[in-house]
Amino acid sequence: MTLLHWAVLLPFIAAILIPFLYKYLKRIHTGWFVLVLPLVLFVYFLSFIPKTSSGEVILNNLNWVPSLGINFNVYLDGLSLLFALLITGIGSLVVLYSIYYLSKHKEKLNNFYVYLLMFMGAMLGVVLSDNLIVIYVFWELTSIASSLLISYWYTREKSVYGALKSMYITVFGGLSMLGGFSLLYVIAGTFSIRELIANADLVMASSLFIPAMILVLLGAFTKSAQFPFHIWLPDAMEAPTPVSAYLHSATMVKAGIYLVARLTGVFGGSPEWFWIITIAGLVTLTWGSISAVRQKDLKGILAYSTVSQLGLIMSLLGAGSAAFYFQDGDNALYMTAILAAVFHLINHATFKGSLFMAAGIIDHETGTRDIRKLGGLMTVLPVTATISLIGLASMAGLPPFNGFLSKELFFTGMLNVTEYGIFNLETFGFIIPVIAWIASVFTFLYCILMFSKTFMGKFDISKLKVKHVHEAPVGMLISPVILAALVILFGLFPNLLAYSLIEPAMAAIAPGILSPGEFFDVHISHWHGFSPELWMTFGVVILGILLFMTFKKWENTAFYRGEQDLFNYAYDYGFDGFIKGSQWLTRIQMTGRLRDYFIYMNTFIILIMAYTMYRYSLPAIQSLDLSPIPVYFWLVILVFVCSIVIIPFINNRVALIITTGVSGFIVALLFVLFRAPDLALTQLLIESVSVILFMLVFYHLPKLKKVKTPPKMKAVKLIISVGFGLMITLGSLSVFSMGQEVNFDSISEYYVENSKEEAGGYNIVNVILVDFRGLDTMLEILVVSMAVLTVVSLIRLRFKGSEDI
Amino acid sequence: MELLMSIVIGIIFSVTIYLFMSKNLLRVVAATLLLSHGVHLLLITMSGLQRGAAPILSFDADAYTDPLPQALVLTAIVISFGVTAILLVMSYRTYKVHKTDDLEELRGSADE
Repeated sequence: MTLLHWAVLLPFIAAILIPFLYKYLKRIHTGWFVLVLPLVLFVYFLSFIPKTSSGEVILNNLNWVPSLGINFNVYLDGLSLLFALLITGIGSLVVLYSIYYLSKHKEKLNNFYVYLLMFMGAMLGVVLSDNLIVIYVFWELTSIASSLLISYWYTREKSVYGALKSMYITVFGGLSMLGGFSLLYVIAGTFSIRELIANADLVMASSLFIPAMILVLLGAFTKSAQFPFHIWLPDAMEAPTPVSAYLHSATMVKAGIYLVARLTGVFGGSPEWFWIITIAGLVTLTWGSISAVRQKDLKGILAYSTVSQLGLIMSLLGAGSAAFYFQDGDNALYMTAILAAVFHLINHATFKGSLFMAAGIIDHETGTRDIRKLGGLMTVLPVTATISLIGLASMAGLPPFNGFLSKELFFTGMLNVTEYGIFNLETFGFIIPVIAWIASVFTFLYCILMFSKTFMGKFDISKLKVKHVHEAPVGMLISPVILAALVILFGLFPNLLAYSLIEPAMAAIAPGILSPGEFFDVHISHWHGFSPELWMTFGVVILGILLFMTFKKWENTAFYRGEQDLFNYAYDYGFDGFIKGSQWLTRIQMTGRLRDYFIYMNTFIILIMAYTMYRYSLPAIQSLDLSPIPVYFWLVILVFVCSIVIIPFINNRVALIITTGVSGFIVALLFVLFRAPDLALTQLLIESVSVILFMLVFYHLPKLKKVKTPPKMKAVKLIISVGFGLMITLGSLSVFSMGQEVNFDSISEYYVENSKEEAGGYNIVNVILVDFRGLDTMLEILVVSMAVLTVVSLIRLRFKGSEDI
Repeated sequence: MELLMSIVIGIIFSVTIYLFMSKNLLRVVAATLLLSHGVHLLLITMSGLQRGAAPILSFDADAYTDPLPQALVLTAIVISFGVTAILLVMSYRTYKVHKTDDLEELRGSADE
């Protein structure tokens, strides 16, 4: 266990303490205690920057289940560190914000902080583990924590709906991912990402490459809300706003991006990986930005905007994966995409975090998030308005904010794709920058819409539930102000990040491209001359403003008035259909008829036995060593078979009992012939008692009716029963012949040899029962006594009223 | 002899399954009884029949019939008697309470 291991486990340990702190120190807001942890961890992780920026990696091994290849190995490189800093940094700000957002008198703070810390630990575990199975475990823990936080206000129906939806979708993805990881293990024989990357050629050559890739991507796409799995994210907005800012924009939803970035070294370079990720990213980007325009809820806009920005980063990672196809050469061409991805990841966390917190303040102070009711808040909430303006301008891609820089890089990355000259890009490549550009127009549009609807226009308090609206307390403003300051800082001095965080992360995403000692060239600047990217930005701004000016016309279209996502209908109907389908399936098979159950069970048994016998070609029945059959034996068997076969045809109670009894007594006779005197004695005794019992009970029961069965049913019954009998015959013969063929030593020899010496008895069967296996016999007596008690109580007990038995 | 017994056991099982699928409660109880006969004979047959003297050492024979299946079957006989007894009494109670022994009419209860 090293300090890094403890860094992952500390949040879990702290989570255990929270309920006590909450219970015994009620006067102090529990958040203040929690705040210490992410702050300490943040500073701890900051201390790694010098190491990772010089290209160093840290790997600490801790064996967990070495025999299965599952080890809790902590691995820290540029990419892990970037995420760890995001998790703890944004985590600190969010905890600080939540102290003012959640009242210590009304809210169940213990639940909130326990879930939040659980999430923090799990997320750190995801980004710091080298082992795929450990990643999977932490991955599912983040899903669980996310669901619990979404349903934090669990009495609200929508919260529960959102929590379940996110749970179903992300856990479905998580399980697929586990399948993908297992396939990778089958291919390469290791769960370690390091070793997988080292064996990337082996993985690439395998026939399981595509299935493994698709399964892993399902996990990444569901978690990162990629189209069409994005529908859970807008419903996750039912969570308290600090949670939305933390899990559902800055960290958890980026776990999928982390996974894709991390595994680029394994899968990157194949055309499938390139196309699937790039297309999924671009579709998500476009779908998200268009849907965001339709939203009326502030957090709804931000949710779809997050979906769209995640798509942007995803598509960049897809485009950058081509680096592995070329291996060498002009890496600036495709590494720009990865640079843009990493840079935008940081930028998105800053501006989206501040925007979510601003939306939370608006909600907190005005009691609504509906943009139709809001307006003119600029003078009422001046600080919030400034924060939002900075965040939105950055998101829209305007200079001098950091969003402008990463958007320019995004355009460059997308334009570069057309120059790759691989994967059929010469023919379809031009579509990629066009889609990127269209999506950016809508991004610009929803940014202006959000600002103008909330902060401009007329302030109308009569639409709000509250009497007075005033600026939020200072404590609540600290976190968004810090984030907004970072937006400006990274915008003005992007090279602060260039070689401290961005370059190490790029080197971690694309391992093996550089030779040791080399670094990627990271140069981010505002002005590159009148490049195509700049013209694209001009186009975005002009078209965006035009659309905004004419927005009055669009407002009344069905497109704008509806805000439901098409895929929500698919989910809802699919979900309903799933439940109804299962109910229907249960109803048609669970009929409550013994006969039907027997038909199902026996059909299955017959089929599976027949298949087995066919598959193993009925082991050597020809080599049977049979005992000779004496003549009298034929006679006994004849009577026996007659007495059995006649039973179904009897329609008389007494005749039925007697015939059954006869068959039982013949069984006793057979035991005599098979040299089993003890069995014969027992059988005689038991059969006599059974017949008496039958007689007693039959006396009380009605006469047997002649049953008329439809011929079709009769045929089914006949086929099944004869088929079953046949299978038993064949099974018995094959077991018998196999027993002879294998010719192993029977354990019976032991009893034959020892029954006299050890137990002093001559009757071996008796000795086995009462001596060697005496305890079993005692328990058997117990079972019989229980049966007797049941019989007695069933006869004597009288139920009162309409009680059912 | 084992071949013949296997066929007989097959017949017992066929009749048992046929009876299980009937509507009448009594036939179902009789079927369980037959089923236990079938299983006991199956156990004995699979180990080989008449391969030596009865497993009693005082016979002082060269070979004895395998005692182990016999011990198993002896236990099984007793247990299956317990099952039959409970089923019989249950069918008696069922008839007393519901006034029918037709499985079709007994289907479903108020709790379902």
